[in-house]
Amino acid sequence: MAEGENEVRWDGLCSRDSATRDTALENIKQAILRKAEPLRSVKVLPYRSSEQPLNAASWDGFNRILARLLMLSKRCPFEDVREKSQFILKCVQELGIRIPRPLGHGPSRFIPEKEILQVGNEDAQMHTLFADSFAALGRLDNITLVMVFHPQYLESFLKTQHYLLQMDGPLPLHYRHYIGIMAAARHQCSYLVNLHVNDFLHVGGDPKWLNGLENAPQKLQNLGELNKVLAHRPWLITKEHIEQLLKAEEHSWSLAELVHAVVLLTHYHSLASFTFGCGISPEIHCDGGHTFRPPSVSNYCICDITNGNHSMEEIHVAGSVSITDSFCEVEALMEKMKQLQECRDEEEASQEEMASRFEIEKRESMFVFSSDDEEVAPTRDISRHFEDTSYGYKDFSRHGMHVPTFRVQDYCWEDHGYSLVNRLYPDVGQLIDEKFHIAYNLTYNTMAMHKDVDTSMLRRAIWNYIHCMFGIRYDDYDYGEINQLLDRSFKVYIKTVVCTPEKATKKMYDSFWRQFKHSEKVHVNLLLIEARMQAELLYALRAITRYMT
Amino acid sequence: MEKMARVTTALGGNTLTGRTMYCHLDAPANAISVCRDAAQVVVAGRNIFKIYAIEEEQFVEKLNLRVGRKPSLNFSCADVVWHQMDENLLATAATNGVVVTWNLGKPSRNKQDQLFTEHKRTVNKVCFHPTEAYMLLSGSQDGYMKCFDLRKKDSVSTFSGQSESVRDVQFSIRDYFTFAATFENGNVQLWDIRRPDRYERMFTAHNGPVFCCDWHPEDRGWLATGGRDKMVKVWDMNTNRAKEIYCVQSIASVARVKWRPECKHHLATCSMMVDHNIYVWDVRRPYIPSAMFEEHRDVTTGIVWRHLHDPYFLLSGSKDSTLYQHIFKDASQPIERANPEGLCYGLFGDLAFAAKESLVTADSNRKPYPGDRRHPIFFKRKLDPTEQFESVSSSALSVFETEPDSSSMGWFVDTARRYALAGRSLAELCDHNAKVAKELSRNQVAQTWTMLRIIYCSPGTMPSANLNHSIGKGSASLPLMNSFNLKDMASGMGSEARLDWSKGENRSENILLDSSATLITNDENEETEGSDVPADYLLGDVEGDEDELYLMDHENAHTEEPEYVLPQEAFPLRHEIVDNPSGPDHLQDKADSPHVSGNEAETVSLTPVESFSLISISHTLYESRLPPDFFSALVRDMLRFYAEQGDVQMAVSVLIVLGERIRKEIDEQTQEHWYTSYIDLLQRFRLWNISNQVIKLSTCRAITCLNQASTTLHVNCSNCKRPMSNKGWICDRCRQCASTCAVCHHVVKGLFVWCQGCSHGGHLQHILKWLESSTQCPAGCGHLCEYT
Repeated sequence: MAEGENEVRWDGLCSRDSATRDTALENIKQAILRKAEPLRSVKVLPYRSSEQPLNAASWDGFNRILARLLMLSKRCPFEDVREKSQFILKCVQELGIRIPRPLGHGPSRFIPEKEILQVGNEDAQMHTLFADSFAALGRLDNITLVMVFHPQYLESFLKTQHYLLQMDGPLPLHYRHYIGIMAAARHQCSYLVNLHVNDFLHVGGDPKWLNGLENAPQKLQNLGELNKVLAHRPWLITKEHIEQLLKAEEHSWSLAELVHAVVLLTHYHSLASFTFGCGISPEIHCDGGHTFRPPSVSNYCICDITNGNHSMEEIHVAGSVSITDSFCEVEALMEKMKQLQECRDEEEASQEEMASRFEIEKRESMFVFSSDDEEVAPTRDISRHFEDTSYGYKDFSRHGMHVPTFRVQDYCWEDHGYSLVNRLYPDVGQLIDEKFHIAYNLTYNTMAMHKDVDTSMLRRAIWNYIHCMFGIRYDDYDYGEINQLLDRSFKVYIKTVVCTPEKATKKMYDSFWRQFKHSEKVHVNLLLIEARMQAELLYALRAITRYMT
Repeated sequence: MEKMARVTTALGGNTLTGRTMYCHLDAPANAISVCRDAAQVVVAGRNIFKIYAIEEEQFVEKLNLRVGRKPSLNFSCADVVWHQMDENLLATAATNGVVVTWNLGKPSRNKQDQLFTEHKRTVNKVCFHPTEAYMLLSGSQDGYMKCFDLRKKDSVSTFSGQSESVRDVQFSIRDYFTFAATFENGNVQLWDIRRPDRYERMFTAHNGPVFCCDWHPEDRGWLATGGRDKMVKVWDMNTNRAKEIYCVQSIASVARVKWRPECKHHLATCSMMVDHNIYVWDVRRPYIPSAMFEEHRDVTTGIVWRHLHDPYFLLSGSKDSTLYQHIFKDASQPIERANPEGLCYGLFGDLAFAAKESLVTADSNRKPYPGDRRHPIFFKRKLDPTEQFESVSSSALSVFETEPDSSSMGWFVDTARRYALAGRSLAELCDHNAKVAKELSRNQVAQTWTMLRIIYCSPGTMPSANLNHSIGKGSASLPLMNSFNLKDMASGMGSEARLDWSKGENRSENILLDSSATLITNDENEETEGSDVPADYLLGDVEGDEDELYLMDHENAHTEEPEYVLPQEAFPLRHEIVDNPSGPDHLQDKADSPHVSGNEAETVSLTPVESFSLISISHTLYESRLPPDFFSALVRDMLRFYAEQGDVQMAVSVLIVLGERIRKEIDEQTQEHWYTSYIDLLQRFRLWNISNQVIKLSTCRAITCLNQASTTLHVNCSNCKRPMSNKGWICDRCRQCASTCAVCHHVVKGLFVWCQGCSHGGHLQHILKWLESSTQCPAGCGHLCEYT
């Protein structure tokens, strides 16, 4: 195999200097054409060449390169790169080699492609964001393309993620990606796992680790338990968990490393929620994101059909409630908000009443999704690297576990969590704090077709409902409001996305808030993931604080 | 707890007595407050609300205010305050947003008086008016502050913080109508209670939430604030703009701050996270707390001075469910354990070092360090009469002076300026640099450049005439030059290094002999010479005159001994010189020892130098046509040698000039280290352009990114004075070209100089000319422009 000279180098493409990109593209073109030359003469189908393993391997590598080119031609924020990649692909095609085409329909399976911003149509601010993201990672992932509905949040999100993964920090780079993989695998999020497997290998991680956690160093294995508890029952984290990690002799974690790991774990747990909650499609250059088969009617991707992505009648089935009905939904919600606003001072619920409202809400949240047992969640290919029985998801909450109450007035992010994180992992507290603030305060004062609405009450209800599911109570909140504002289908969606994201379906996504815009549903998802991250962080950090005192 | 001292202080009529003591509470405390007569304290928390009497030996529970069967959130207190006028009146802030007042004079068990449920979120703070009996102020998470009249059922006025959470509210002690409020976004606002529509004044005090504030009990303009950014700041509010007058950096976020009574500059703080101690700071001494109470096992949540006029008793409540009375006598003083030391570089390379006297004297029994020009100066700190603890500290100051000559780094600056590092062929670069070095009479360096040229430039491309010429020039005085080979050079370098080492040893022994009688020695600073002089000796010049010339200079330098002027201004505290025990010795020392030792050292070091310093390159080298790689190990050693000698300039310059040829030989980290050192030096000499050039030419990734950081320049439009958001020259607000010259009214391309005050400016030349005749802005805006 031709190495060195023939190796295709992608790094120049991330440059902001168009001349550098140009040279890099030219080099890529040369390298690819050089590689294509010998392959062209072989008239064996790529995947059946068992008698020529070497050749198969080189085909495999070449196809990966083509897939990457395809990704660039669609998803690069720089127009010149997009055009040139397209051109190179065409050249390859002209040589008689099969080129890939993207599968699926845009970055999200839930949101029609035309609703999502096309790369190339972004405004200046978004372009800067895209270019930053591309420069940092060498790609523009689907998550970014969906989040760009809310550029203000996206900026903070990317900044934080970039800091966590690439900037100064106590953990080595490959550990960071591996922890990301661990966290995403907890929710069987193959999308994130695939992305980070690539990154993990790119920063020089040992491929052996990817065969399962038992092949990773003992130190990372120790983190498995925390990962599990944090993802599904964060309220069970005690200072003993922390102690076990910190006092494991040669495999022990330092406090700073642990905080870094905890932030990464919570980040990826909640990002997995987002991925499923918005139905993010596989990246074009990853497995399942492209195909070499020519388009034909009979060859629809199974995935697309099960999720009913492009058949119109699906939508009709889902939207069995008539348009006027759902219109009323919005009106009713707004009416309720208004009522709550006005009559708040009049009737004052007794203290016991308030306390029981919280308990009721908490208990109910346990059973919210018992009804969707019948629903067949689409079978996804579970991340191949972590197919490990001990890793199977255990449905903790279904058994009506008692969740103890965590009072936010005694330990909150602003006063306590922030200080601890910033002390042990400087600057990250600040970044996360900013992200929470933006997510919590983000509003365009619109609701579906209505303008100039104060949505703070609704946002607070969503946020507190999620915290309520985790047993976090705000003394100064009347949990009766949640029942008024969030209807059942919405609660089912929230509960599913936050607790068992892998079970989220397009049906759930479609059936709540039918009249709302997609951008508003993405907004809801942002609230969900940030509230979830904060809840997990609060439990983990409280345990660390208790360990330290 | 062992040393429990009993303290008695007289306060007018009544007397406070007590000892350090504590009692267990049933639950974590959130806040505490004391009664006016200092005899009782109230403790409030989520699950506790009790009054304790402070007795001589112990706390005695007087009253449990949490009555009733069912726990109510109204009892879950975030804050509590005891009225300072009426000892029966208390107010609490509940986590569910309710403000409750309590009347201890009620006959029933339930002392709850009034309930205000106006706040929608947690109330963080309540505060009584210091003189007005019925006025209560509250600040809440919902962003509102409310003023209640206890004779009425509802609030009398509401102050809006624009939905930014209020963390603390405090009535001014002297200004009847004023109160301060602190916010989660870092702002502090001053309000007049008569004007609920708008705050009087606002300023940003901290980065992140401001958790607490406290008005100075005596000085009416001072406000102390503490924030999540770990700072305590003292603001002078008398001036038009709030002025930060003191800033104390703590190690954790600051949850409470309380001025210490009767001590103008003292305040107590406690933290919200991680740190459990209570500190008492002297704001004038912000780096080390003047006292520290370490009793609590979990974070301290409430601190209060027991009596308004007594500085020695501090009460505190904590999450560890204890209530403490701290006595100042029992406080630990970090200052006792600290070793105050100061180190400072002077403008001309002098180094001053001050340390505790005890440390220095203990130290001087050891072998004195060569080059220590120690001035035996002892200071005694003037005692502060207000200070309860007398920390007698006297310190010694040592000053290491550099030779006036050797300290002059003129050669460094000149070399940096004149070296050529890129843009020409290697041979030319080497020649040029050799010439520069030669002109600055740094012959060894010049020789090295010449050799590099010979090693790395293939002979084919080099006209022999030129070669001869350059060598001839570089070594006109070297008659033996053709008879040595490279081996000599290597060994020469090595032995020189060794020699240098042994020389140092010799010298220190000499000094030991010379100065054994005195504790404090005063002699040559060999440090700078060490890096410079041997380098000159190694020049490969057999010729003696130059060396002698150099030595002559050296001698001259000695004769004009530096005056021992005390840098008094370096010590801002009012020290007085207490004694100068080794004064005479020191004088004597100065008279002979440095000279003797210095001369000795030089004669010793001179002889061996001459014996081996003949270095050159044989012409046969070319014939053998060794690949340049052959020498790279040698060159690497040479670079290392220079770097170790302190001439990192040479190392980096060669590194840049040779580029790829040598780069692989030296590991990244070392290179990076050299680069950063050199860049640091260049920047100290303000050679910005050159340092930037070096950054640009460097191949280390860590270095090249140095000048990529913070490259944004924020500019205001000179017309509308708003920030230019657009890239380019046109202001997108007023649609005009922003960068026109105020003098000639043409668009400036190239160097544009402008005043940061009024955003006007223009061509550098024009502005310079204008300012010769006028101080006002050429645009006629009336601004007195300043250009620096």
